[in-house]
Amino acid sequence: MIETRGLTKVFQDKKRGAIRAVDNVSFVCQPGQIYGLLGANGAGKTTTLRMLATILEPTDGTAVICGHDVIDAPEKVRANVGFLSTATALYPRLTSQEMVEYFGRLNGLDETTLKKRVDEIFNRLDMNSFRDRRCDKLSTGMKQKTSIARTLIHDPQVMIFDEPTIGLDIMTARTIVDFIRECRQRGKTVIFSTHVMSEVEKLCDVIGIIQSGKLLAEGSLAELRVRYRQNDLEEIFVQVVAPYQNNSEA
Amino acid sequence: MNVSAISVVYRKELTEWMRDRRTLISTVLVPLLAFPLLMVGITALATVMIGKAEKEVPKVMILGGEDSPKLVGDLKRLDTLAVVPYAGDWRDQISNKQIRAAVEIPKGFQVALAEGATPTVHVYFYEGEIKSSFGANHLQKAVEEYRNTVVKDRLAVKNLPASVLKPFEIKQENVAPPEKVGGASIGGFIGYAVILLCLTGAMYPAIDLTAGEKERGTIETVLSSPISRFDLVFGKFLLVFSASLVSAILSVTSMGTSFAILGHSHLMQNSSGQQSLNLQLGPISVVAVFFMALPLAVLFSAVLMTISLFAKTYKEAQSYLTPLTFLVVIPAVASVMPGVELTPKLALIPVLNTSLVCKEIITGTYHWNSIILIFTSTCIYAGAAIFLAVKMFQREDVLFRS
Repeated sequence: MIETRGLTKVFQDKKRGAIRAVDNVSFVCQPGQIYGLLGANGAGKTTTLRMLATILEPTDGTAVICGHDVIDAPEKVRANVGFLSTATALYPRLTSQEMVEYFGRLNGLDETTLKKRVDEIFNRLDMNSFRDRRCDKLSTGMKQKTSIARTLIHDPQVMIFDEPTIGLDIMTARTIVDFIRECRQRGKTVIFSTHVMSEVEKLCDVIGIIQSGKLLAEGSLAELRVRYRQNDLEEIFVQVVAPYQNNSEA
Repeated sequence: MNVSAISVVYRKELTEWMRDRRTLISTVLVPLLAFPLLMVGITALATVMIGKAEKEVPKVMILGGEDSPKLVGDLKRLDTLAVVPYAGDWRDQISNKQIRAAVEIPKGFQVALAEGATPTVHVYFYEGEIKSSFGANHLQKAVEEYRNTVVKDRLAVKNLPASVLKPFEIKQENVAPPEKVGGASIGGFIGYAVILLCLTGAMYPAIDLTAGEKERGTIETVLSSPISRFDLVFGKFLLVFSASLVSAILSVTSMGTSFAILGHSHLMQNSSGQQSLNLQLGPISVVAVFFMALPLAVLFSAVLMTISLFAKTYKEAQSYLTPLTFLVVIPAVASVMPGVELTPKLALIPVLNTSLVCKEIITGTYHWNSIILIFTSTCIYAGAAIFLAVKMFQREDVLFRS
């Protein structure tokens, strides 16, 4: 389970001063659920997810993942999290298998378990044909599969996806979407950020609309439709975000 | 500190490093080939060039001397000189290397000598041009021989022995063992070279493991794993340090081999067939130089990683590290300068201290107080640099600088 409590991140900028990238964000995501964080570029999605993955430390507030606090026990949090984004690249000079094994070892898997897990994942994702190929020689689709295998190797209970389909072709994006759905079926807690409305509509059980670092609206798609009297998610999004968009631009 | 996690990071970085051509060139190939090429190649080339210049019978010109047939006759009779007829553009001919040198015999030279005056003979040559210098030396020697003949004749007229002018001999004798003479000549250079190669060997891995990771986007990937920042930095640091050490070991080995080859070759023999310089490095000297380079390699590795981490790209890191190269080269070069010797104050200046102590070690001098002081102070600097590198890896504004 993921629970954030007043999660805040302030960056110091020499020219612009203090910037509240994430401002008092609180939400809960249950196991077997996909929580979609929907927001425009610069809304605070990546910063929120980086704090959940303990890559960044919150300025204020906190989050608890699988019972571990992101500030007090970041290493235990990371051991329970699989983090995937388009920014999480692969080591070009390692083979696909070496890449996955490296992260298995970093997650403390013993060699017997590691071998079993690697074989299992490579079979499941149909990766055996390129397991010994260097990552810099892989196609985009193969790279994405390797990234997925890397996040799955330690069988984490929580999956964090930060705009995982951005810049990908339809077929590769579809692999990722199917994978996210599969994570829910396996009872994992999934949080997923995007600005692609169709992905949110297809996947998310709960939607959080974020703008200027603030969580402005939250609920299932059905709940949001009733609350904002709109059927189209894009219209709902614009209705929620527009007042804050004007403020932030002013 | 989790040794197992550090070992996982180290082994992964080692695998990647072994597959990276750029780092292999800077860490393995350059130290292995630089010394044989520089030492043997340049020495051989210089020997060939000097030998060729020495063997050449230089074309020289006599300016004046019409009224001094004795000296002119002596010069023309010599096999070591090829006297060419006088030409007005003799200066241009020397500059254009058509002739190597010219000798000017003043008007009335022979008469002036007979009258006991002291006329001046000028020898013209092109400074910096080795063949011209050899030509001038041949001329100078010939004129000096003529002068000796004149002196002898004058003494004979007065019934005085030649020993009147040279009542006793003075001879300098070397008491230093041959290996120390060789060491004094090359000691500074060895320290300088080892230090520089320790730096260049560590440079590319340090950039690749920090700025390179940021540029490729793998830093976020590894930071999302459960490994602690300290273990991650330490694993990376150990690889950079290994690269620096490999560079140092290869450079010292390659240098020792180059000197051994040079020492036994005819290139380092003088005209009488004796070895002119003993350039052999004893195993104790090699081990001692390597031992002194250890903390410096730690210091370089940590500093290079810390600076590179600030950069967002490989190229940016390279531009940050260029001034550092100068900071290392300047004290290293200063240590090679004649007269710069190890003092307690200089023993605290990193790089310069190691370079100076290496110079002493090569000559077989072991000042243990200085060695301990240098080793300890460099270890302290190295420890501080590692601490700083770990701190930098914990700073979000450095890791995710945009």
